[in-house]
Order: sequence, then structure tokens, then C-alpha cells
Amino acid sequence: MTHMIQLHTFHGGIHPAENKSQSNGTPIRTAPLASELVLPFQQHIGAPAAPCVEVGARVLKGQVIANPQGFVSLPVHAPTSGIVVAIENRAIPHVSGLEEPCIVLRPDGQDEWIAHQSLCAELGVDDITDIEPAQLVHQIRMAGIAGMGGAGFPSAVKLSVKRDEQGQSPIDTLILNGAECEPYITSDDMLMRERAAEVVRGAQILLYILGAKRCLIGVEDNKPEAIAALNAALVQLHEEHHIDVVKIPTKYPSGGEKQLIRILTGLEVPSGGIPAQIGIVCQNVASAAAVHRAVDIGEPLISRITTVTGDAIKHPGNWEVALGTPASHLLQLAGYQPQKQPRVIMGGPMMGFTLPSVDMPLVKTSNCLLAPTAKELPLNDMAMACIRCGMCTEACPVELLPQQLYWFSRSEEFDKAEQHNLFDCIECGACSYVCPSQIPLVQYYRHAKGSIREERAAQKKAEQARERFERRQARQEREAAEKEAKRKARAEAAANSQSAKPAPAAAPTVAASASAPAAAATSETLEKLQKQLTATQTAIAKTKEKLAEAQAALAAGDESQATKITALESGLEKSQTKMKDLAKDIAAEKKALKAAPPAAASTAEGTDKGDPNSPERLKRKWETAQGRLDAAQSRLAEAREQGLDTVAALEEGVRKQQERVDEAKAAWQQAESGAAAPVSTAVAVTESATDKGDPNSPERLKRKWETAQGRLDAAQSRLTEAREQGLDTVAALEEGVRKQQERVNEAKAAWEQASGAQPAATDTPAATVAALAPAVAPAAAEADIAALRSKVLAAQDRVNKAQERLDMAREQNLPTVDALASGVAKQQEKLDQLQQQLAAVTSTAGTH
Amino acid sequence: MALLTLTSPHAHGRNSTSRVMMTVTLATVPGLLVTTALFGFGTLVNVVLAVVVAMLAEALVLRIRQRPLGFFLKDYSALLTGVLLGLALPPLAPWWVTVVATAFAIVFGKQLYGGMGNNPFNPAMLGYALVLVSFPVQMTTNWAVSSQMADQPLAGLLDAITTIFSGSGADAFTGATPLDTYKHLISNSTAVELQKLPTFNGWMAGGWEWVNIAYLVGGLFLVYRRIITWHIPVAMLAALSLCSIVLGWDPDMYTPVSLHLFTGATMLGAFFIATDPVSAATTPRGKLIYGAGVGILVYVIRTWGAYPDAVAFGVLLMNLAAPFIDAYTQPRTYGHEKARRGLTSKEAR
Repeated sequence: MTHMIQLHTFHGGIHPAENKSQSNGTPIRTAPLASELVLPFQQHIGAPAAPCVEVGARVLKGQVIANPQGFVSLPVHAPTSGIVVAIENRAIPHVSGLEEPCIVLRPDGQDEWIAHQSLCAELGVDDITDIEPAQLVHQIRMAGIAGMGGAGFPSAVKLSVKRDEQGQSPIDTLILNGAECEPYITSDDMLMRERAAEVVRGAQILLYILGAKRCLIGVEDNKPEAIAALNAALVQLHEEHHIDVVKIPTKYPSGGEKQLIRILTGLEVPSGGIPAQIGIVCQNVASAAAVHRAVDIGEPLISRITTVTGDAIKHPGNWEVALGTPASHLLQLAGYQPQKQPRVIMGGPMMGFTLPSVDMPLVKTSNCLLAPTAKELPLNDMAMACIRCGMCTEACPVELLPQQLYWFSRSEEFDKAEQHNLFDCIECGACSYVCPSQIPLVQYYRHAKGSIREERAAQKKAEQARERFERRQARQEREAAEKEAKRKARAEAAANSQSAKPAPAAAPTVAASASAPAAAATSETLEKLQKQLTATQTAIAKTKEKLAEAQAALAAGDESQATKITALESGLEKSQTKMKDLAKDIAAEKKALKAAPPAAASTAEGTDKGDPNSPERLKRKWETAQGRLDAAQSRLAEAREQGLDTVAALEEGVRKQQERVDEAKAAWQQAESGAAAPVSTAVAVTESATDKGDPNSPERLKRKWETAQGRLDAAQSRLTEAREQGLDTVAALEEGVRKQQERVNEAKAAWEQASGAQPAATDTPAATVAALAPAVAPAAAEADIAALRSKVLAAQDRVNKAQERLDMAREQNLPTVDALASGVAKQQEKLDQLQQQLAAVTSTAGTH
Repeated sequence: MALLTLTSPHAHGRNSTSRVMMTVTLATVPGLLVTTALFGFGTLVNVVLAVVVAMLAEALVLRIRQRPLGFFLKDYSALLTGVLLGLALPPLAPWWVTVVATAFAIVFGKQLYGGMGNNPFNPAMLGYALVLVSFPVQMTTNWAVSSQMADQPLAGLLDAITTIFSGSGADAFTGATPLDTYKHLISNSTAVELQKLPTFNGWMAGGWEWVNIAYLVGGLFLVYRRIITWHIPVAMLAALSLCSIVLGWDPDMYTPVSLHLFTGATMLGAFFIATDPVSAATTPRGKLIYGAGVGILVYVIRTWGAYPDAVAFGVLLMNLAAPFIDAYTQPRTYGHEKARRGLTSKEAR
């Protein structure tokens, strides 16, 4: 069924001598196998494949010898049966003569196929329409099919289209590119002539996979035989189809994907976008034939048709050649006669590249070997000055201003070049072709593009380094702030207990022994009063200072100070009265608290000070260890994300910490289960009196609340981190935080209720004991605690400093890393010891 | 075997800069022939003189700049500059006017800017403007008169050489140009009266129209050969016509559109001078703006300025604007919604 297709045109374009008749006069010949095939891991755009055979192994024709790595990657197959003789770096077909890993295969001449069959037979279905498109795409991918027109983009990637909920495909049109606009090349022409049915069958499979409405096969009108063959193949279909062969005017570069799309549909691929965005998928005709073979026969892509032509070739023509065949082999077959200045171009004269050596293998994209004489394709004369004639602008198929781009590229004004859409240049060479001054324009654009890409990469790297640095700084600041907050909290607690001590001096009527319980009970009012007292005392001291200054000034003859002194004196008096009032209030408050009998002292001593293996202690240990583990893990995750080289060290740390956590947990669980029996009576009494007996005691409730609060804090910090890094766990964490907040609120409310009810319960002896148990915080231990705390802080600082030095050394790869690491470990050990001591002491003082 | 490594494209069109310059030079031949036939040999002598001076000046500066002589002389750009100046100058102007104009054009107008391709101004017009401003008498009174004017003889080759190199006998062959005459006389006569003057020869412009038609033919040949595009000439001629029709519709007061188009250097300017690629705008839309600008300036200067003709000034003024025009008239590139405008600095982005 042929439709009238409204043809469009693209701007510019050129008509170079076609030179196709040299090679399209003879049928496709099959090239005999070379003695050695070299198969690069990467014959496509994307990630190179990874070899899955070993040197010495015998492989069969069509066997996978390298597996794809990632989505945009393809496998490599053995083009014939033989022995893998080497896996090593070989020069790949690239203008630089770059060496890349290749599998070297020595054919055994048997050409023995691996078992293969059509996908329908394999799946036991009658027709490809019974197969899921995704399955077909997988088959095409595993057949190693890459765009055979030149770029070599994996076909499967283009075919992986996402359908909407109704199963509608976003692709409207499949375009098969049979334009072959480059001069000299006739491989697609010959393929279409001789294997039109394969192309058409490939088109049918592709149409089904894509769910596209129609297929347009664009062929330049200089290939009437190919067009006739394709139309004949369409007639043979005997069924309804939506495939049209469209004859397009011969003009270079109409075979460029973007140009062909414009010619056939009038649409333009958005700059920087892909054809799928406008509902189009474009495939080369040879790729379509390969799709047919992959699906209907089960053959992977292991050979291709390559044109060998040029005046330095005696017998130009097209050969079906095994991938990996060295160019020299094919050149020899075709009767290559090296010239005085030998030149072999892989690809066409417009966009092909010169091979640095003829040893390079032919790959999936090698459509042509062109060996021209100097007369045929003269070497460029010396470039003359650009006269801005604008012929390049006339020729440019993407409507750039090549001449402006040239000036900007030449003067390295890359930002201006970019503004003139440098990156829309398809490097077709039309501008260079028409340039009367013979300026190698495309070379300038390549240089500019390369420089800009390098610049961008460098910028990105710098940006990443900056971000990493900022994150590290933020983490350090956060840690410092946390440390500071902890230190403040401890200092405040210490100050509170300290400020309770001098109280006896101010109010000598209160017994020293009673002061401790009073402080420990920390009546809120008392605390407030004490704070006010301190503030007032400071104010008084300051006022006194000012007064002294003013008096000195007055003595020196400054009359103006007199009024000031009066004001200061009255202020001072007021402050002093206030202080006295406060002292009185404090005394009264303390008296009220003093009512508590000092009996509990002995009980308290029996709590858990003497037993480091109490479940409480063990549990705390476990929790601490767990906390450290969490921190270590988050640090590890951060390091992994940023690809730091401390990952290994951190992993080791996490592993060790995990062990410690496990140990601590096990110890606690053991103690918890066996706790009741072995503990001393005193402990038992205390515990039953304090919180074990009464799960609703304010102490228990408070601890519950505190634990909940701790968990909330942890959850929140994890949430913040997740948000910072934009992880997708944010939502889950938010939910967690919300729930934990609820729990905290509940626990807090419970505790508040319980402690509010406390005074009422003071009468009952048991409750009294409970209330006073904490009061036994031994005054003697306080000094120890304070001293230990400061030691711990100092040790912590040392550890941090050592760690930072270590980090720095690691970053700069200094040889001192090991020494510093052991230093950190030692410091950490000391810190751990100190912390344990502190924990021991504080738990004695504050567990209640 | 070591192979040649080169970058694509490997095929190259047969065009070359020398070919472009030569084609343009050849396209002036009809104009030169008609001028010689109708106005005598003065212009031909001028062209030869200017070409010799241009090549010598070019060679001299290239030698001083230590550039390969043969390579650059072979591009024929100096030759073309000489030809265009020779065609533009008054046919019987003294030799030293031609020498000064040509030497200045090559040395100052082109080489001191960096040579071929780097000159912001059209070198020929720069030389022309210099002598027009410096030697106004020689530049306005040495125009040969047409053979179609019966009462004056046509300058033969010898006459022309004698006049140009000795300065004697110029009066016999010279007179004011039709543009000049019309501009000065229309204020106290009518169009019909002026048509009867020998300068206009009863029809249009006493031979000038044939010269302009010859240049038009040559110009169309250049467009056909794709050496130049239609944009600049069409825009310039259209702008000039439009101005003339809208602003100077009354032939009893202003020079009519026919005279604007077919006398003076209009066609030479439109196809050969304003289209000088180096100094003109290069984007397709930019060329339209540039050409229109030249056309408007030519009309304005011809009508209200002190000079009888204005192609040189019109072109030079628009040369100044060309880079700016180019920056704001980039075409819409494939795949882009719309064209970019202007150049923003890196900081502004």
C-alpha cells in the first residue's frame, strides 16, 4: 500500500560527486575468513562489554564472548568458531590509533554454529505478535545489534519505548534510513537490492515492537534498483501493511537522521533531544535486516556488508565480512594498490576517518573502506583566509553560521561559539566542502567542542569537590555544635549541683547533708530562684565596678559623674534588696524540701554502683555501641557516595563496631534474663522500691520519655541527612519521625502526670524511699564526675584532632597515614576507657 | 605501513577564493565594455592603472609583512580591488587620484587590518572616500560625457592617456553627471525641461542607463553562479526605489526613481561593492538589513547631502554596522524553537 508522502526539505546541503557506480555494479561477495579476528569489547556507543571466555577456549560461531555491562551496552559474539588466542589491547578503528581491550579469535575453519533458532520456535509461539515487545527488544539487544549506519548506537535502547496506561505507544512513525547520502558508499544500496525482503521483514518486526502506525523507508533517488527491490518485497507481503518506500531527492546529508526526519515528516528533532520526543524512531536499513535475522533465525550480528572502493582499489565492490576482520584482509581481497601517499578512509569521504594503520578490525559500524588516489580526492591545499563569503552558511544543513563559528573557535571565544549553537553542528562537512578558502572548518568545530567539554568536565569536578568540602564542613560544624550542646548540658548540670553546695553558706541553718537531696530533687522553683540570684549577683558586681569608676572620675574633677553615681547607688541598693529577697526565698524553698528524711542514703548506696554487670549498665553499653555503629554507618554511606578512599577503613570500623554491638547486646540479654536471682538484696529492694516494682513511677516514665526523645533525635538527624542528600527514603523517615514524636509526647505526658502527682504520695514510706533514692547522689562522686567529664572532653578533642589529621593525610596520600591511624586508635581507646569510667560513675549517681 | 591521517571531510568542492575573485572580476567586463564604448577609454586606463598600483602595493606590504607573495597575490583580491576602484573613479580623473585611492585602499584599507578577510571596511570604497573628501574638484569634474551627446567628442585611447597623465584637455571630454545636474537644476526648472538637456539626451540618462544595465547583467551572472546571494542587491535597490517613490514622488522637485536606479554607481554598488563579503553582513536576514541600509543612505545622501553620489559612504557606514547586524540576525538553527539574538557576555548569562 503506497501513500503519497508529502516531502519536505532541509536547509542547505551539497551535491558532491556520487562515485557510487564503481562499487555497486557487482553483487555482494562473501569475504573468506581472515586468519585472525580482532573483536573490540566496544563496537557501539555506550559501555564496553566484559569478556566471558578465557584465552584458549574454543568458541562456536554466534557464541557470546563478552557480556553487556549496563543498559547502553551490547554483547560481542564470535563471528566464527575458533580458539580465543588472546584478550589484550589492540588498536581499534579510531583515528587516534587508540588501543582498547579486544578478544582475538583464531578461526578453526569449521565455521560451526552454536545452536540457534527463531524466537518464535524458542518460545513455542506461531507469530511474533504473540511475543511481548520487551522480549523482542531483549532478543535484539542480546543479538548485539547497533546502528549500522555509522554511529553505532545500541538499537535496543532506541526500541525500549514506554507505553502509556492504555498501551498506546508514543511512537507514531518508524523511519528506516536507506538514504546512504555519502558518496562512494553502496553497502546499504546493495543490501536493499539483494535483501529487500529482509529489510521489509525487519521493518514489520520493528513496527510491532514500537507500536508505530507507519514505517517510511527513505531512499535517495539515485538508487532506483533499491527502491524497486523494496517495492517488490512489499508487494510480496500479501497482507495489509503500513510500510512505504519514499524516494527522496539526492542531496548530502539527507541520510543524517535529523535531516531525513525533516525530509519525510517536516518535523525537527528538538536541539539536544532525541527523535522519540517527536514520536519517531529511526533505524538504518542494515540494522532492520539484522533485527530480522536476530528474531526470525536467532542469529546475532556477526557480519556486515562493507564497501571497498576508491581508485586505489582494483576490484571495488561490496563484501559480506565477518566482524573483527582486519581491514588489510579486505583491502587485499579487493586488490588495494598503495599510493605514494597512502590513505585509507573508514566510512565515506565526507564523515569517514582515515585509518592510522590497515591492521585495524572492521566493526559493526564499518560501512566502507575508501582508498582514494591523490588525484581522486586531492589533499587540501593550504587554507586561505576566510573572506566571509557565506557559502558555508548556504550549505549548512542545520542553519548554523559556520563562518562565525569558525572565527569564534579560532579565537577560542568558546562562549560565543556555544551561543551560535556550536553543539547543534552534526559535523557533516558540507561547510568545509564548499569553502573556497579550503579552511578545514569541521576540525575547528571539533576542537572547540572538545575544549568546551573539557572545560565543563573540569568545572563539574571542581563543583563536586566544593560540595564535598562543604558537606564535610557542615558535618564537622554539626558535630562540634552537638558536642558543645552536650558540654553545656553537662556544665549546667554540674553548675546546678555546685550552686546547691554554696547554698549552705548563705543559709547556714540548712544542714549540709540536706543540701544534696534538695539539689538532686531540683525543684523547678528553686532552680529558677538560684538562676535569678546568680544574675543579680553579677549585676551587683558590675554596678559596683561602674560605681567605682564613676567615683574615681568624680575625684578627678568630673562633676557630671555625680548624678550618675546617685543613679548607680540607687540601682545597687535595689539589686541588693532583690538579692536578699531571693536568698530568703531560696532558704524557704530549701526548708520545704528538707522535710525529707535522710534515711535513704544506705539504700541508694546499694543500687548498682557495685555491679558493673547490672542489666541497666549493660543495656546502656549496648545502646551506646549501637549509636556509635549508626554513626559509623552513616559516615560510611557518605564516604561511599562521594567515592572517598576512606571507604575500606570505614567498612572495617563498621564491622568491628557491629561485633561490639552484638557482644553488648548479648551480654545485656543474658543479664536481663538472669538478673532477678543473683543481685544483692539491697539492689533488689532498691529496684523494687524504685522503679521495678512500679512501672508507672515517675523515674521509669521519665527514662521512657528520655529514651523516646533520644530515638526521636536520631530519627530526625537521619531525616535531615536524607533530605540533604535527596534520598527517596525521606517520606518513610518523615512518617517515622512523626510516630516517634507521638510516642515522646505520650511518654512526656505520662511522666508529667506522674511527677505532678508525686507530692501527694510523699506520705507513704515506699514512695518516700522512691522519691529520695536519687537524692543520694554522693557528694563525693561529684568532683570525680566533673573531673572525668573534662578528661573525656579533652580526650574527645584529641581523638577528633587526630582523626582530622588522619583524614587530611589520607586525602593527600601522605606516608604518615599508618602512624596517624594507630594514633587515632590509641586516642580512641583512651577515650573509651574514660567514657566507661564516666558512665560507671554517672550511672551510680544518676540511674535513679 | 604508515597511512596519511587527515580529518574529514576528505572530499572538497572545486571552488577556490581565486576563482571567486576572478569570477567577480569577469562579471565587471560588460560594464567596462559599455562604459568604454559610450564614454571613451578613460575608465579602461583607470582600471589598468589601479590594478597595477593595487598589485604593487599588495606585494610591497606582503614583503614587509614577510608573507608568501605568490600565495597571496594569487588570490586576486588586490586585482579585484583595483578593478572596482578603476571603475568607480571618474574616467578622466588625474592619475595621482587613482594612485592615491588605490594605494590607500590596499595599504590602509586592507593590509594594515591584517590583510585578506580581516578588513572591516570595503577597501575600494575607503580609497574612493579618501580621494572624494580630499580632492573634491578632481572627483566631480572629471566625469566623461557620453558619446550620445553630439556636441562633444569621445575620448580616444590617446586622448584619455594624455588627459589622465598630463591633466590637459580634460574640459573637452568632461562634464557633470546626470545625477549632479538634475539635483542642481531641478530647483528652478521642471522635469520636462531637464529631459531636453543634452546630459539626459531626451530619454533617461545619456548613456548611464546602459552602463548600469551592463552591471546589472554582470551582477545577475554572479547571483546565478552563486558567488553572491540576491539579498544585498535586492534589498538595496528596493530600499532606494521605495525612498525615491515615497519621498521623492514629484520629478519636478526630486530626482526620479529611474535616475536613482540607472545612473551613477547604483548597479555597480548594488552587485559588486555592497556585496563585498568581507565587510558586509553575512547572515541571510542580516544581508537584507544591510542592503536596505545602504539603499536608504544612498538616497538620503544623494538627495540631501553635499555629494552627488553616495554609494561609497552608504557602504562604509553600513560596514560599521555589519558585525552588530550579524549578531542580531542569527538564523533559527534546526531543532530550535526560535533564533538566538545578539551576544550576551558570559557574566550576563
